[in-house]
Amino acid sequence: MATAEQALAELTELSTQVHAATIFDQDGKVAASTLVGGRGDWLAASAKALLDAAETVRGEGETAVVQLEAAMPEGSVFVVREGVRVVAAVTDREPTAGLVFYDLKRCLQSVSAEKPKRKRTAAKTGTSGRPR
Amino acid sequence: MAGRARFVALGVALASLAGIVYGRNRRRRGHVDLYFEDGSMISLAGDSPEARLLFPHAADALRAVR
Repeated sequence: MATAEQALAELTELSTQVHAATIFDQDGKVAASTLVGGRGDWLAASAKALLDAAETVRGEGETAVVQLEAAMPEGSVFVVREGVRVVAAVTDREPTAGLVFYDLKRCLQSVSAEKPKRKRTAAKTGTSGRPR
Repeated sequence: MAGRARFVALGVALASLAGIVYGRNRRRRGHVDLYFEDGSMISLAGDSPEARLLFPHAADALRAVR
């Protein structure tokens, strides 16, 4: 279990190819970023736009894009989605795509493993407060 | 027999050359690889209309970092 910040810190420590990364939700709300100021929001917004545009390639009603690599001469952009969480990362040109995808998936999984806190409610019957 | 070996060697050399040229062009033009939930994958060449639709967003993401 890790917070989004911890997951990103581990990602940048393990993967020397990743220059910057941002974790955000499906609405584009940033959970954590290695970038400071508004650059994390900027990366999240452009990665979300990239993912949304990628969804139109196959047409509506088809299966969703879960990961992508946009390789350009200046560098590569990776986006990986798992559930409601998305991680976007920027690397140098010609990265080892398989390794970057693996690291990004592990990063998201470590955040997803974080269980939401449940409220304690008293059981309607019984005196011990424990459900039977 | 020697003629056949020479023919095979020539074929391997041409295939290697074609691979090098393809790889260099792919790097220069860029590409977009899309992986779908069902396990399928599409690789778009950098000069394809679909990739041209996606590259501006990727360039924007790169600008956010630089």
